[in-house]
Amino acid sequence: MIDLLLTLFTDYTLRTITLGAAILGLVGGALGTFALLRRQSLLGDALAHAALPGIALAFLLTQTRATPVLLAGAALTGWLANLAMLRIVAETRISEDAATGIVLTVFFGFGIMLLTWIQQRGSAAQAGLDRYLFGQAASLIEEQVMTMGLLGGLALLVVALLFKEFKLITFDPVFAASIGLPVQRLGVLLTSLIVVAVLIGLQTVGVVLMAAMLVAPAAAARQWTERLGVMLALSGLFGALAGVSGALISVSNGHLPTGPLVILSATLIVIVSLLFGAARGLVWQRWRARRRVQSAPATGAAFESQESWR
Amino acid sequence: MSPELVILLTGVLTATACALLGAFLLLRRLAMLADAISHAILPGLVAGYALARGPNLWLGALGAAAAGLLTVVLVELLLKSGRVKQDAAIGLVFPAMFALGTVLVTRYFANVHLDADAILYGEIAFAPFDLLIIGGRNYGPQPLWVLGGLTLINLIFVLLCYKELKLTTFDPQFAATIGIAPAIMHYALMTMVSFTTVGAFTAVGAILVVAFLIVPPATAYLLTNRLAPMIALAIGIAALAAVGGFGLALLLDASIAGAMATLAGVFFAAAALFAPEHGVLAKRARRAQQRRQFATEMLIVHLANHEGTPAQAAESELAHLQAELRWSPEFATQVVRRASEAGLIARTNGQLHLTEAGRHLAQRVLAR
Repeated sequence: MIDLLLTLFTDYTLRTITLGAAILGLVGGALGTFALLRRQSLLGDALAHAALPGIALAFLLTQTRATPVLLAGAALTGWLANLAMLRIVAETRISEDAATGIVLTVFFGFGIMLLTWIQQRGSAAQAGLDRYLFGQAASLIEEQVMTMGLLGGLALLVVALLFKEFKLITFDPVFAASIGLPVQRLGVLLTSLIVVAVLIGLQTVGVVLMAAMLVAPAAAARQWTERLGVMLALSGLFGALAGVSGALISVSNGHLPTGPLVILSATLIVIVSLLFGAARGLVWQRWRARRRVQSAPATGAAFESQESWR
Repeated sequence: MSPELVILLTGVLTATACALLGAFLLLRRLAMLADAISHAILPGLVAGYALARGPNLWLGALGAAAAGLLTVVLVELLLKSGRVKQDAAIGLVFPAMFALGTVLVTRYFANVHLDADAILYGEIAFAPFDLLIIGGRNYGPQPLWVLGGLTLINLIFVLLCYKELKLTTFDPQFAATIGIAPAIMHYALMTMVSFTTVGAFTAVGAILVVAFLIVPPATAYLLTNRLAPMIALAIGIAALAAVGGFGLALLLDASIAGAMATLAGVFFAAAALFAPEHGVLAKRARRAQQRRQFATEMLIVHLANHEGTPAQAAESELAHLQAELRWSPEFATQVVRRASEAGLIARTNGQLHLTEAGRHLAQRVLAR
């Protein structure tokens, strides 16, 4: 273990992977907090899938594989997908979950079609486009991690500056509108920041697993606190922890892929939090309920059923 | 049978099998649960292969279907715990299952042909060459048997349980009071979805299964208000997307599943825009029509209010209407023109007054 931590500072690959995964966890965790509380946990999933046609289109138009170019394409289609979802929900009678599914599958299908089309035309440079599907943390280079850090830092800065506004539109959009906040535009900004988080995740965990990086740390953090600021910090911390431990396990085990291990680490944190979280842990609830039954047998049952209702 | 025909038939059968169930998923707001199942079957598939010590269709399918059901149960348990909402519950379960599956694949089957991406977007182009051979006899392409069987089973399921499915979808409380358990129907439906996903994904890929489960039923939902026509329409639209998508893929020499999903999306966009009742354009037109009708009624009532009063002359000029009702000059001219064309008002010496029909309408509006 000590050896592994020591190599963290000396080994280039290990350091790069770990740093990349940590940045992803931190940013995904922080932004996932808002997504979770706004009941948009699957938005990240849709936006991540919608990034695929953007990557293919950016490559088709520019014929380069430069990370910033491809990420710009991904951001564009991710953003378009969000717009499409908003319009579908606002203007038709399709519900939000179905709109998410429609946008996700259609954009992704279109992306696959483009990707295979590029492959059939045989330009050798396309090799590597499909690594965005599952991410390939092992092939991260320092430059990409710096881009990730820059993007992530920017997103976190916006969250810090607009914390109060984001808090208001998350918990009480009606009140926020009544005091003159541009609720809709702030919502779009928040979603755009989620797109940024998705961009960071594409190279590390890939399209499919990105959803978890926005949900798991936030869901875990929610079990420990009732305060948004604390939850945000905890969620970022959990995300980074999952990133680092996933990267370390994958490297120490030789050939296990990093992305899935990051997700499994995050899932483990969620399970522990659901059971033992200080604010809402299931174990404490059981324990409290039992004590109540012992001290006041007559009303205990009523309390318990009320509690499970919540 | 020519390879093209096999691919086409496989696509159409997948479309039918999925659209049959998709209508209920959509109405029950379970669209994303279907997406979750399609990803979460991976570890079950791997576990089945591990048991069989190699790629084994039956054990793999059994494990995958079990994993699909496990996903539904886990999401349900998380919801029951009251600690997370439905969207988060889904978002927690399926990536974890998929990640587990990916790790298992790399750990135990690094050299077996089982790519995670093959599961995601499949390869329907191989359908004609995947032959069903039992006891040395060749029974033709296996995907046709599997998907044909699934379509038949789903059809029987929907026909047999139509009333129960419908009731538990639209009014679960009422269904429960007359003895149909919503939970049982939920798990029955999700079992069928799991089996359909598992049966279809090797041929067409998980993404196309989900696309066919969600997109054509959603398109049909915009075109009709009745359940049975919605299911029939969904099947038709899905089949059309399958056939057209195949053509598009041939044209571009690209992924068939991707092209089919893309075309399904195009159909949805067309329905969202042009559907006769629920389309965006129809809604806009209806709103404009309501606005016009309201304006006419306002004009008539305004004229009726001032009829026979000393102010009648002043109140009946076009310019005055613009000021008092805050209409733009063009809009006021339009309203007046339409009202006089309808015979509700007439104009003498630059002043508007009600006709008999107009007075009648004013009374009716005021009595509302």
